[in-house]
Amino acid sequence: MAERARRQRLIVGTVVGLAILGYLLWFPQQQAPADVRLWTTAIYFGIAAMGLNLLTGYNGQVSIGHGAFFGIGAYTTAILVNDHGWSLLATIPVAAALAFVVGVAVGIPALRVKGLYLALVTLGLAVVFPDLTKKFVRGVGGTNLVRVPSASLRPPEWMPGGLQPDQWGFYLALTISLALLGGVWLIVRGRFGRALIAVRDHEAAATTVGVDLARTKVLAFALSALYAGVAGALSVQVTGIANAEKIGTFNLSILFLVAVVIGGTATVFGPLIGGFLVVMIQEQTTDFVADPPFLSGFLSGKEVLSPAIFGIMLIVLMYFLPDGIVGGFRRLLRRILTRRQPAEPLGASVAP
Amino acid sequence: MSLLEVRSLRAGYGPVEVLRGIDFHVDEGEVVVILGANGSGKTTTLRALSGMVETSGEVVFDGRSIAGARPEQVAQAGVAHVPQGRGTVTDLTVEENLRLGAYTRRDKEVGTDLERWYEMFPRLAERRQQQAGGMSGGEQQMLAIARAMMARPRLVLLDEPSLGLAPLITQGLFRTLGDMNRDLGTSMLVVEQNATLALAIATRGYVLETGEIVVEGTATELAGNDDVRKAYLGI
Ligand SMILES: Nc1ncnc2c1ncn2[C@@H]1O[C@H](COP(=O)(O)OP(=O)(O)O)[C@@H](O)[C@H]1O
Ligand SMILES: [Mg+2]
Repeated sequence: MAERARRQRLIVGTVVGLAILGYLLWFPQQQAPADVRLWTTAIYFGIAAMGLNLLTGYNGQVSIGHGAFFGIGAYTTAILVNDHGWSLLATIPVAAALAFVVGVAVGIPALRVKGLYLALVTLGLAVVFPDLTKKFVRGVGGTNLVRVPSASLRPPEWMPGGLQPDQWGFYLALTISLALLGGVWLIVRGRFGRALIAVRDHEAAATTVGVDLARTKVLAFALSALYAGVAGALSVQVTGIANAEKIGTFNLSILFLVAVVIGGTATVFGPLIGGFLVVMIQEQTTDFVADPPFLSGFLSGKEVLSPAIFGIMLIVLMYFLPDGIVGGFRRLLRRILTRRQPAEPLGASVAP
Repeated sequence: MSLLEVRSLRAGYGPVEVLRGIDFHVDEGEVVVILGANGSGKTTTLRALSGMVETSGEVVFDGRSIAGARPEQVAQAGVAHVPQGRGTVTDLTVEENLRLGAYTRRDKEVGTDLERWYEMFPRLAERRQQQAGGMSGGEQQMLAIARAMMARPRLVLLDEPSLGLAPLITQGLFRTLGDMNRDLGTSMLVVEQNATLALAIATRGYVLETGEIVVEGTATELAGNDDVRKAYLGI
């Protein structure tokens, strides 16, 4: 019975997955460059959210500072491309590695604090990061903004058939996101994933089965930083720049967290969906305020209101789907499946 | 030499000293029980062995000192701990909890062991894909014990396995513990308030009173001791 349900789920999942993938592969061929860039943005938001989910969802450590790791990835890529003539593609592993190393460096002192205090420490990271870039980065006109030459955004020579930079960026982000999604899938189903959850739910139990708390937490921190770093590197392909401002870095950090929560914490696919929704809802609310379909003229020019509308939409979403999109989808699926199948017999066995 | 040798073990929480220098040992293949009333320091004793509280004194396991070792080091040395309140990870499935128990192992026989424990506890086999949090207290206790055994430990520390369980379930549980000890030769250190059942499977025992060992002897001697009978057997 359970076996059949599992097979059904696998088949449905494969079909839906292939359909979505097919649509995504076709998407950049049809859409305007601006839309392709928007979707690419959605994908790299999803990547950052996937990583944060490993830390916050699976390991229970809340960070509101991952915008900083995103920034580290973006600056690594932009500086290597602009100042040292690297190809953008080659910078991605370096951005990932650097974010990972800084993740270890931040994760070790972060071991001393938990919960709200950890959130505050990571917030500090988001606040300090822009200052550090202002001090050490020599960008356009002496600012901390680094712009890469537009030629560097073109696809590499060995790529087939006349891809535009935005299309190349989309396929690049999509490929990397699938690889990193596979990474999450392997992690959460394996030994390390069980340790992450055990540490989150029951530290004492985790240590008594032999889990090293410190190593597990630091590794979770560093892995999540790596994902954010890759997202930052990809952002350069879309925007052509690396930049860090106080509000911007903090805002990004919050948005990653929001993406995790609305997609579904501690689910494999949730953060990707959440990242997509966050980017799209934000875009829509900005458009909506700039050019309202009704109430003509009432909202226009009041861009300050768009965060408020964004916030209201999130609250509505969380009200109807408290366990995120994936959680809500699961409940729906369960309801459909249990209606179709007879209930399993209960209490057939006796305790030994 | 004993598998576990403990000498003048002291432990406590900050300024509060709970264990005031206790000596005991567990030989290879033995089931040893420590009886004691609420608050006498039973849980603290097991926590001290597992490196979960500050201690002083000697703890030698299998010829090596594990005094002051961290909990994961104690686990890696071959000591499994079934904590009071079971410590199952509620968000993991039954099977994931069992696999978590094998965290320290790198061999290829984890799957074989899984099947063995499912056979021993059919209730767990039925619920392998269910989240552990949804199970009854008795089932969670079975899971906690099976999870500890998944590490293939040489010594299992059991903290009041009977706590909060119906008498019938507790009886079954102790019978299983006895079987495990007989079939696998795994040594056990059980702390309990339920003396009748614990003494039935034990080789030897100790009585702990406010952090000191006041009586020790074979299981038969303890069962015949007047003070023990009054305090723990309700006779
Ligand atoms: N975390 C703790 N902090 C401070 N005191 C504790 C703590 N845990 C237990 N104690 C105290 O230590 C003594 C022994 O407790 P415990 O070892 O749990 O006893 P038992 O398991 O025999 O009931 C009790 O007086 C208890 O109040
Ligand atoms: Mg106790």
